[in-house]
Amino acid sequence: MGGNLDISKLEKKANNIRVDVIRMLEHAGSGHSAGPLGLADIFSALYFHILKHNPKKPDWDERDILILSNGHCTPVRYVAMAHAGYFPKPEIMTLRKFGSRLQGHPERLRLPGLETTSGPLGSGLSQATGMALALKMDNVKNRWVYVICSDGELDEGNSWEAAMLAAKYNPANLIAIIDRNNIQIDGPTESVMPLESLKAKWEAFGWFALEINGNDIEAVISAVEMAKAITEKPVVIIAHTIPGKGVDFMEKDFRWHGIAPDQEQAKKALHELRTLGGKIKSEHQ
Amino acid sequence: MAEMHLKHDWNEKEPIRKGFGRGLLEAGQADKNVVAACADLTESTQMHFFAQEFPDRFIEVGVAEQNLVTMAAGLAAMGKIPFVSSYAAFSPGRNWEQIRTTISLNDRPVKIIGSHAGVSVGPDGATHQMLEDIALMRALPNMVVIAPCDSVEAEKATLAMAKDKRPNYMRLAREATPIFTSVHTPFEIGKAYVFRAGMDISIIATGTMTYQALEAAKLLASKDISAEVVHISTIKPLDEEVILNSAGKTRHVLTAEEAQIAGGLGGAVAELLGEKMPTAMLRIGMKDRFGESGEPEELLKHFELDAEAIAKAARKLLTDHTNHAH
Repeated sequence: MGGNLDISKLEKKANNIRVDVIRMLEHAGSGHSAGPLGLADIFSALYFHILKHNPKKPDWDERDILILSNGHCTPVRYVAMAHAGYFPKPEIMTLRKFGSRLQGHPERLRLPGLETTSGPLGSGLSQATGMALALKMDNVKNRWVYVICSDGELDEGNSWEAAMLAAKYNPANLIAIIDRNNIQIDGPTESVMPLESLKAKWEAFGWFALEINGNDIEAVISAVEMAKAITEKPVVIIAHTIPGKGVDFMEKDFRWHGIAPDQEQAKKALHELRTLGGKIKSEHQ
Repeated sequence: MAEMHLKHDWNEKEPIRKGFGRGLLEAGQADKNVVAACADLTESTQMHFFAQEFPDRFIEVGVAEQNLVTMAAGLAAMGKIPFVSSYAAFSPGRNWEQIRTTISLNDRPVKIIGSHAGVSVGPDGATHQMLEDIALMRALPNMVVIAPCDSVEAEKATLAMAKDKRPNYMRLAREATPIFTSVHTPFEIGKAYVFRAGMDISIIATGTMTYQALEAAKLLASKDISAEVVHISTIKPLDEEVILNSAGKTRHVLTAEEAQIAGGLGGAVAELLGEKMPTAMLRIGMKDRFGESGEPEELLKHFELDAEAIAKAARKLLTDHTNHAH
């Protein structure tokens, strides 16, 4: 866990993560853009303030665990890990290339620090629940298991099987974060398969549900602190995020779920990110 | 040849799954990291002994097989050795992708127990008579596939699985099966054993069919046919050496399993022999069809899976191929 909380520093980190997400996706020529950009603030908060971890010792046995259930958003995790020092930053440009440790969807055995292999949706919450149950069996209190799920993957029955299991056994060290960005491959979540009332659903399943702006780093950090203090039920943080956040022409457009920017689009996106949408006049490259 | 120490008297019967129940309890007593989870079939899959002894290490997930295996992948990630049980039709039948991604590709040592495999499940009918589990699990990299022949071997297999670092699948049967191996019969994951030596034909069998193969060998002996019975307790990785030795000697191979032959043991042996030692062979098993309700014995007879059917197939193979083989 980081020392003094400097939100503006974490915001700058999130912006730098977005820049590298665009660069790596453009270079890869395929991949998912919207989700990773929307999650950049949460990943900045996790890797640079919330998580107890050691990039030089990815298997440290006192570390917190982070499961990215929606594995297609792995570009944001790879970039956050590179910035944190898990591997050299230039390696991000190998995303999705032959021989790379940065597979299109994350593979634990390839890259230390990933915790699991994911991509096929709906299984992250149950894996995280299993991990937290193991901590409970061993009476470990100082480690946390975080799991990020997409909203679209809540269509999967496996997600709700896990929700019931966690409510039954209530492993205290489990915190779920839903990336509520309202889009999935075929369109808006509410037209593909309506999820609302999402908060009421989680509450009915026996969880304590918090709703926050997932692009507000301060809100993310305080929600996690609150979640840690709630012990009578498992806690889900429904984090409302803007898909494609930071890049005007990608924001809130479901068509950017599963594609990467081409050279022109990347140039435009990077200009916007580097000038913070015109708030800064000249680019700092 | 190593001594197999089979029992002299084969009258005692017990469901193979009972051996699993005892083995799991022993494994739990030997290692506190052994944990167990079940999807609403605790007694049926014989996990209740463990659950009673170690309530804090037992997790009941309800009728949720996808959750069963993915949660177990999480337990294994934290150093636990999870055994998870259901009926084979549901696990690995329903949750195969979850097993593929979170256990096989992820290489976590989860122990998946699929009970009630084969048509000998009986009256429950085709929905519950799992026949495709061997094919499903054999295709997965990193996965070990085990099918014990009686309850005594199932107990040994369970203890061995608790010490094995790989993902494992073990298929079990519902019905009482004669106990013919003893505590002294050798068992090691990955090893095949010649339970009866012979010269004319090799019957390569797994699970419940090893008993039928041994009975078939007795029927064949009365017709002056010397059948060798090779028991395959581990279908993957396959003990190629023992199979090739036997096939090289007899030049006639008959496989026997209570599962689809496509992708099953029959498929595995055919692949091996086809590449390394083309040999005349026939496969006993389910041939691209489903089971149905009935008593186990009448179903085994109907689907030509009993000792008589094996002996008949052996004679046909020998008749059809004797000229080619010699």
